[in-house]
Amino acid sequence: MIWNEKVECMNLEDLKNLQSERFQKLVNYANEHSQFYRSKFLNAGIHIKDIRTISDIQKLPLTTKDELREQYPFGLKATSLDRILETHVTSGTTGNPVAMGYTKADLDLWAEVVARALCCAGAIPGNMIQIAYGYGLFTGGLGLHYGALKMGLTIIPCSSGQTKRQLKLMRDFKPQILACTPSYALYMVEGALEEKIDPAQSSWKIGIFGAEPWSEAMRTQIEKIWAMEATDIYGLCEIIGPGVAQECHHKKGLHLFSDVFYPEVLNPETNKPVGDGESGVLVLTTLTKEGMPLIRYVTRDIVTMTNQRCPCGRTSPRISKIKGRTDDMIIVRGINVFPSQIEHILLNIEETHPHYQIIVDREARGLDKLEVMVEIKEEFFSDEIKKLSSIQERIEKRIESNLGISAKVRLVEPQTIARSEGKAKRVIDKRQL
Amino acid sequence: MKITQISIFLENKSGRLCEVAELLGKNNINIRALTIADAKDFGVLRIVVDKPKEAVDILKKNKMVATLTDIVVTEVGDQPGGLASVLRLLEDNKVNVEYMYGFVEKFSDKALMVFRFDNPDEAIKLLQKNKFKVIKKEEIKSL
Repeated sequence: MIWNEKVECMNLEDLKNLQSERFQKLVNYANEHSQFYRSKFLNAGIHIKDIRTISDIQKLPLTTKDELREQYPFGLKATSLDRILETHVTSGTTGNPVAMGYTKADLDLWAEVVARALCCAGAIPGNMIQIAYGYGLFTGGLGLHYGALKMGLTIIPCSSGQTKRQLKLMRDFKPQILACTPSYALYMVEGALEEKIDPAQSSWKIGIFGAEPWSEAMRTQIEKIWAMEATDIYGLCEIIGPGVAQECHHKKGLHLFSDVFYPEVLNPETNKPVGDGESGVLVLTTLTKEGMPLIRYVTRDIVTMTNQRCPCGRTSPRISKIKGRTDDMIIVRGINVFPSQIEHILLNIEETHPHYQIIVDREARGLDKLEVMVEIKEEFFSDEIKKLSSIQERIEKRIESNLGISAKVRLVEPQTIARSEGKAKRVIDKRQL
Repeated sequence: MKITQISIFLENKSGRLCEVAELLGKNNINIRALTIADAKDFGVLRIVVDKPKEAVDILKKNKMVATLTDIVVTEVGDQPGGLASVLRLLEDNKVNVEYMYGFVEKFSDKALMVFRFDNPDEAIKLLQKNKFKVIKKEEIKSL
């Protein structure tokens, strides 16, 4: 079923008018209430009166993640703080993380778009959903939760981890829908086999998988083993969380809810729009958000977009699966990792050089693993294994506590990590995405 | 008398040990004793050679991480209980052994034990007082 048929299947001309109307309102709202955007428009010499239709969006400056960091915690707010009812914070780099604030209307919007996404994936009211995304500062758990409440699903709010318990609840409650990262869906296969559960007999019929990039091959694998439909969900904390775009059962791209999140795909070098089906960086504008609206936010996710109509009837543009990133951020087990975070940790460990390489790979059982190769400084080389191992352990502990993800540290000889002119190749991603 | 041992950091990658051995061979350095301590993904190669200073220079010139450590080499009888006798002495005198390894002399009925102690000088005194032969630097070359 289609949750909001009126907007999701709106003819393109009406959709454009709706976008233009909301866009004009947004620009005025931001100019009036957001100090950040007021000075941004001023600096760019923008006359608000010249911004009338959605086509004028290209006249406005882009908003970057670095700007969001500089505005931490609430510099981007366009409302008084007492109207912000909830906040979520991204896993930060070495400096500030990004904090987002939601007003009551923003939370309603979030529930609305996630309800659309759930229906788009095939959920119907009365179904039961097992939410195995983390609940907390991460938007995954609560985002799915609000949407599921809104559309009338029975929720098992498992949060992530505790595979045995996840499987027990699946077996006892028989939920039709599973929401988690795709790598966790694969990881649970092993747990099921240990518990003597035949994955193909599981109650899950629909998977809503996101928060990390995944391949068609991985989809085939998940669908075959669990005997379910595996769909892709897209979102980011800066825009709202999950619920920006979602695949329908045709699995031919993710429907982007463009009446509320206006998408552009730009050439990352020139910032000019690319043609239909060409890849570029996804730039999003929140047309109706109040708490912290964003105008032309550069997601750094590389996608293609098409405006061709989907057989499911929805008219919204569809984006491809994420094809890569314009920065060197990697997403490991749903957590954003920037090489600069690792560098910062190494700079504080005197026994090592800040020369490092990050290797990301996906284990056969589905979980991503992170390995960090670190050059040891000659003067700290000890012929005692325990001293060397303790350096390793110290780095591993710091990575875990700073990044919230476990990594394996491997000490290597000085001068062995390739130095290249210009940008060093810090990340080797061996995952087949 | 303390003997100089060379410790070399070895990444766990194929051919690395062979490279070290070839490098020393090419430069006419003879390995007299050897052991490898390995952790999960790296190892430390410990060797006693006839010309330690030269060997370290060559290794460093070839961008290897190497360091010198003082060790003590002592003779023990190459027979059942030979090793136990020296360990008993060390144990009774609370001498801490960081690590140790053994090798056998070619032309004698003795075995040689390499010890890394916290305090090599005191350990040497103890061994000598108890009639254990501690090998001298010059002897390493002629072993």
